Amino acid sequence: MTAMHTKTIAQLSAALHSGEVSSVELTTLFLERIKQHNPALNCFITMTEAQALAAAAAADQRLKAGDAAPLTGVPIAHKDIFCTAGVKTTCASKMLDNFIAPYESTCTAKFVEAGAVMLGKTNMDEFAMGSSNETSYYGAVKNPWDLERVPGGSSGGSVSAVAARLAPAATGTDTGGSIRQPAALCGLTGLKPTYGRVSRFGMIAFASSLDQAGPITYSAEDAALLMNVMAGFDERDSTSVDCEVPDYSANLDNSIEGLKIGLPKEYFDDGLDDRVARVIDAAVKEYEALGAVVKEISLPNTALAVPTYYVVAPAECSTNLSRFDGVRFGHRCDDPQDLFDLYTRSRGEGFGAEVKRRIMVGTYVLSAGYYDAYYLKAQKIRRLISDDFRAAFETVDVIMGPTAPTTAFKLGEKADDPVTMYLSDIYTISVNMAGLPAASIPAGFADGLPVGLQLIGNYFDESRLLNVAHKYQQATDWHLQVPAAFK
Amino acid sequence: MEWEIVIGLEIHAQLATKSKIFSGASTAYGASPNTQACAVDLGLPGVLPVLNKEAVRMAAKFGLAVGARVSPHSVFARKNYFYPDLPKGYQISQFELPVVEGGRLEIQVEGEAARVIGITRAHLEEDAGKSLHEDFHGATGIDLNRAGTPLLEIVSEPDMRSAKEAVAYMKKIHSLVQYLEICDGNMQEGSFRCDANVSIRPKGQEQLGTRSELKNLNSFRFVERAINIEVERQIDVIEGGGKVVQETRLYDSDKDETRSMRSKEEAFDYRYFPDPDLLPLELDEAYIEAVRKTLPELPDEKKARFISELGLADYEAGVLTASRELADYFEVAARVAGGDAKRTANWVMGDLLGALNKAGMSITESPVTADMLGGMLQRINDNTISGKIAKQVFECMWSGEGDADAVIDAKGLRQVTDSGAIEKIIDEIMANNPQQLEQYRAGKDKLFGFFVGQVMKESQGKANPAQVNELLKQKLV
Repeated sequence: MTAMHTKTIAQLSAALHSGEVSSVELTTLFLERIKQHNPALNCFITMTEAQALAAAAAADQRLKAGDAAPLTGVPIAHKDIFCTAGVKTTCASKMLDNFIAPYESTCTAKFVEAGAVMLGKTNMDEFAMGSSNETSYYGAVKNPWDLERVPGGSSGGSVSAVAARLAPAATGTDTGGSIRQPAALCGLTGLKPTYGRVSRFGMIAFASSLDQAGPITYSAEDAALLMNVMAGFDERDSTSVDCEVPDYSANLDNSIEGLKIGLPKEYFDDGLDDRVARVIDAAVKEYEALGAVVKEISLPNTALAVPTYYVVAPAECSTNLSRFDGVRFGHRCDDPQDLFDLYTRSRGEGFGAEVKRRIMVGTYVLSAGYYDAYYLKAQKIRRLISDDFRAAFETVDVIMGPTAPTTAFKLGEKADDPVTMYLSDIYTISVNMAGLPAASIPAGFADGLPVGLQLIGNYFDESRLLNVAHKYQQATDWHLQVPAAFK
Repeated sequence: MEWEIVIGLEIHAQLATKSKIFSGASTAYGASPNTQACAVDLGLPGVLPVLNKEAVRMAAKFGLAVGARVSPHSVFARKNYFYPDLPKGYQISQFELPVVEGGRLEIQVEGEAARVIGITRAHLEEDAGKSLHEDFHGATGIDLNRAGTPLLEIVSEPDMRSAKEAVAYMKKIHSLVQYLEICDGNMQEGSFRCDANVSIRPKGQEQLGTRSELKNLNSFRFVERAINIEVERQIDVIEGGGKVVQETRLYDSDKDETRSMRSKEEAFDYRYFPDPDLLPLELDEAYIEAVRKTLPELPDEKKARFISELGLADYEAGVLTASRELADYFEVAARVAGGDAKRTANWVMGDLLGALNKAGMSITESPVTADMLGGMLQRINDNTISGKIAKQVFECMWSGEGDADAVIDAKGLRQVTDSGAIEKIIDEIMANNPQQLEQYRAGKDKLFGFFVGQVMKESQGKANPAQVNELLKQKLV
């Protein structure tokens, strides 16, 4: 049992299959760690101890019977945005504080089928709206590298839990950077797959045309193991794509000799913190040492990504969140006087400030007379952003740059300044606008805080991203660093 | 001032799919509240719509039947508004790019020339649930069984010029969707309902007047009544020096009046935008052609055939093709009867429809099946029974005494065609009525009918009338 909590999924899977450790032992270990550290980190909203131990016992049976899958018996945490049958799903909102879904999301169902053990549901920004995990109804999540700092968001609970070794892996969702930015701020590997690669069924929608679920792990090798479970067409999600799912573990060791890397000059502008820039430069040099060829490219519409996103995402969320009306489920105000009162007070009480802000912005940009100037124009710019990437991928294999402009900032530092907060996703948002896959991998530290390197791939090129990330992780050990307090 | 009435209709036809337009829940009518509403219909968090292909096929079928363009690329949009029976807070509909565009339909009001009514578009959308205001003691009950039921909204051009034309158009669409087997047409259950846009303008003026929209008219009678009342109201308003305001009005059939629901200023801003949960609907040429192959013979085609091939009059053909069930009934009966389609038409339109009407039954509920009626007509054609006896046979069949042959045998109604037997009766009658015979022979021709009557009476109606005539003519001389 020595330091099982710092092992990768690949290592844990081997230990489980060899009988070195049982799933019940592993599960117990992580549940204990959650109990010990969660009060400081606040990364879990719900712990599912009894279910986890039962699932672990069942996994041990499967392991014994020899019909185990790679993830059978491996503990994992799920972002509280995935509906889990019989377990509370809150989306970190007061609105859903009492909500228990009668169905399982496709994504979590696949993990159940694979025999993975759910430890609990992780904290997040309310309805995934935020970049610091400070908008949660259940309170802010802390960064294990510095408890005074944010873990990033919106998948802040997932990254905090994995970085503190309270879970060996977690699921996240990424609408504008919500997997990659927190992975960068907490020193983890996070992958946002191509839009349509992972089913959105049962994943509570923020912005339907941008949302995508993905893995948060220590290593690219682990991310591949999770992707092998998560990816695939789902007939219950019309936007999921019906194309072959490769074995993501198969090409991890491929040579990257001659790999063409593009560095968008727009990602290295004045907004980028110098200390972060230095770490990224060093990482790029490492790639050159591994045989890759680096060239500068341009993504000219990069500056339009954030403003465009803050038209499209709020527009979609404003109507996605209309179903939270106090009528059928979720928060309902006390003693409604009439229908209007029921609606306004239930929603007024149930939603937090950031959610309300985005609903209002979204309602505005879809209103008669403004639709063309905002929503329609944003869709056109979205096309331009995609075209930038399309052109770039004609000359390079992978695009690299910083995941976030700074390292983790202090709790409360940007909470009252939405625009500054929105800019922390400046390098990640255009990827969602284009629907491309992208990863963030640990590339070093600046003043003791992790820095993430972003890798952007072409459509459905997750295998290559994982291969490129894995080769770097074979040559470096940034991804294996554990915050001192959680070793 | 002479006014011209301008009417456009928006018809909502519920598509006869087994499951809902975006979920697998059943669409069957009449289940207990909320038992046919799944997570998708309830609008629970995280669930997603998946388009029912059958609904698309039905919409395409309709488009082709009215000569419209079935769009290769159409888009589902969200129509946003809050209402308790609208679970998601938006209705999925089609807005800018509907699946069907630009069709036409010929209508005819009795005694007037046929007219062509333009069909602007037809689009797919989901129905909302139902709010129940009774029996909840100050609260409102919500039944979401109907939520997500597929609808085809068929929007006409403002081409109709009278309430009668509007009804003729609505009836024609009603018949058509049943011919196509895409809607059961049941108006009581709300499967087929319409809104009417009504305005008036001085005769000769090109510009349209301000319209009002009459909501939720669920019978042909209400459509006609509501439009006429609304036209009168608008004329009164304008002639009284006022202005018609653009508004939505509700027809109250109890009070027989229309009243304002909301004005244009109070109208919702629905904030339509493409639903990001659904891909655009792409239909290629091969798909459209495959659907075209499944089109049945349409009412107008059938009517033309009844006239040209079966020799029916325009009016008869019109009545018999008004519904597919009636047309099918007629065709089966005529085929079984063998020859003389006109006689079959007369029986179907006369005795059969009369009896059904009296009993308040539809053609599909008729106790006399098409085969039975055809079998009976066959017995007229082959002289087994006379047309008069047939009425008796029909009544027996109606009351469940078996088919024509069984009735004829059981009641001994076989027509007497044996001239010897008829002659014998005639001889008896002549012998028993010497006075009348004398008068007839003296030139009182009218008494011929007396003798016919006597013979028929004596034969209990079974003597072949043509033969009786023939023989009497010979013998009475």
